[in-house]
Amino acid sequence: MTTTVSTSSDVLAAPSREAIGAVLDPTSRPPAPGALAASVAFGWRALLRFKHMPEQLFDVTAFPLVMTLMFTYLFGGALAGSPREYLQFLLPGILVTSVVMITMYTGVGLNADIGKGIFDRFRTLPIWRPAALVGALYGDILRYLMASLVIVAAGLALGYRPGGGVAGVVAGIGLLVLFAFAFSWVWNLLGLVMRDEKGVTNVSMLLLFPLTFVSNVYVNPDTMPGWLQAVINVNPITHLVAAVRSVMSGESNPGEIWRVLIASAVLTIVFGSLTMRRYDRR
Amino acid sequence: MDEASQGLAIETSGLVKTFGNTRAVDGLDLRIPKGAVYGILGPNGAGKTTAVRMLATLLRPDAGQATVLGYDIVREAQQVRGKLSLTGQYASVDETLTGMENLVLLGRLLGHRRAEARKRADQLLAAFGLTEAAGRQVKKYSGGMRRRLDIAASILNTPEVLFLDEPTTGLDPRSRSQVWEIVRAVVAYGTTVLLTTQYLDEADRLAARIAVIDHGRVIAEGTPGELKSAVGGGTVHLRLRDPGQRAQAETVVSRVLGDVIEDDGDKAALRARVGADADVGADAGCDPAAVEEAGSQAAAERAAHTLSELARAGIAVDAFSLGQPSLDEVFLALTDRPVTRATDARSHQEVPA
Ligand SMILES: Nc1ncnc2c1ncn2[C@@H]1O[C@H](COP(=O)(O)OP(=O)(O)OP(=O)(O)O)[C@@H](O)[C@H]1O
Ligand SMILES: [Mg+2]
Repeated sequence: MTTTVSTSSDVLAAPSREAIGAVLDPTSRPPAPGALAASVAFGWRALLRFKHMPEQLFDVTAFPLVMTLMFTYLFGGALAGSPREYLQFLLPGILVTSVVMITMYTGVGLNADIGKGIFDRFRTLPIWRPAALVGALYGDILRYLMASLVIVAAGLALGYRPGGGVAGVVAGIGLLVLFAFAFSWVWNLLGLVMRDEKGVTNVSMLLLFPLTFVSNVYVNPDTMPGWLQAVINVNPITHLVAAVRSVMSGESNPGEIWRVLIASAVLTIVFGSLTMRRYDRR
Repeated sequence: MDEASQGLAIETSGLVKTFGNTRAVDGLDLRIPKGAVYGILGPNGAGKTTAVRMLATLLRPDAGQATVLGYDIVREAQQVRGKLSLTGQYASVDETLTGMENLVLLGRLLGHRRAEARKRADQLLAAFGLTEAAGRQVKKYSGGMRRRLDIAASILNTPEVLFLDEPTTGLDPRSRSQVWEIVRAVVAYGTTVLLTTQYLDEADRLAARIAVIDHGRVIAEGTPGELKSAVGGGTVHLRLRDPGQRAQAETVVSRVLGDVIEDDGDKAALRARVGADADVGADAGCDPAAVEEAGSQAAAERAAHTLSELARAGIAVDAFSLGQPSLDEVFLALTDRPVTRATDARSHQEVPA
């Protein structure tokens, strides 16, 4: 493991007491950064990690692409007469599903990250306490945006024509990313509570599959039995899909949009504060 | 802060932390003076890391109290954080980032602007001999380089209190002495360093005072010299002229001194600890200097007595020396773990904690 580093330059460069003494007194000792500056610095860390581990981005591009293609051609002919027609209904739903699915990497990533010593250093800094987690979410937002763009681009190529135009699509993605940010706090909490990455992944999957499938993503629930419709109606993903669909089609449904905004606020407040409590208590 | 606490960087009383059934830290009392290296010496699982993590505000104590520079570690955690830096037992740097990126990130988190953070990172990398590795990911660093980067990160804003949790565990001798140089430089600057270690020579070399801990409690505390003399007078080394007399010599030595430690592979060499004399501490009262004095005096007398007993038994000795006990011996005696594979009941010394 150390074969590459015992070079002669390493010996020559060995630190001397004088050299270290000379750099001990920093020229300036600025006040601790504010909440925004600190979380932006952590956002920068997330970007650096993408740079060093670009494979992280594979999940957020390949998975949504496969989902879009698969469901369009698998169900399109049977459900709506043609894949193209089905795509008009499906695309907002598959957009929501894909982004909500990748929110789980937030918890997995935090769980892997926090076990390492680096978080000990972060937690001993005199900065705004949630900064490390909020900053990581900035990086996640970037992933949600990338996944959204991939799906919309694929959709357009396959014949998706949103009635809401560019503004509708932008608003739909905005609403979705906002919800995803709020929903990520659930995974942050899970990432802190669970012992290992595998546990986080398992629990996430267990929650996400019913949430995304027992919804209005793939078909209109009108033809389903009443009890199932009731279940689907309490699923927040259903309302998110309805809101995004309405905005993207150009016929916004203010009721659903409000529900999404309120749900996002509640998720952030409840799971955000539970997460921070846990974060401080470890 | 009362008057007695004035010169203290860290003060703890009755600190407790339990994990399930394990009492990792079990009533820890420490008084750590400002501006010096304070060593916490203990074996695996003694509770060193747990203690440091509590003091660094990473863990909440279950009971007891502690202050760092007068600030309570629970109620005034954020103020404590403003005073300290931590280099944890396991690398407290981001292994996926480069050395430079790590320091720039930390600089920004400490409130520096980007350009300033870069400048400071350059300075530190140069001083720590890491300029060439600046652009390399930390996971490709050697253990020694990683440690240096970790400590560089800890002094980006030179802290008033620096925690170093086993900073040299797993390093080769050269890297260890590099870390020692860094510690000396930081202390010379005026920082209080709390250093945990399993290496006795390390505590001996660096620390002004040492607390020996075991099972989450302090079992001995003092300067390295005080600790040595509180435990015993050191070790007698003998070289027999005739290795054939070894058995006889062992009998005499163990009668006078207690246990005899065998030297592997050298029949002529004999080693024996001049055991702790329970009376010494009591006679000398609480004055540490007096304890040390009385301890070494008693040791010298006992060593001399050994020599004359050997002469009386007709055993010729070629070489004889009385060494200060190493911290190793101090530690082993205090924790009551056998010194070598010898498990003779006599070799157990009862040392008051
Ligand atoms: N998070 C934890 N959960 C459960 N037990 C723990 C935890 N942390 C420490 N312990 C236990 O507490 C005891 C003290 O551990 P600690 O890590 O403080 O010892 P240490 O002196 O630092 O040891 P080492 O020299 O191996 O680093 C050990 O028995 C350990 O198993
Ligand atoms: Mg430890």
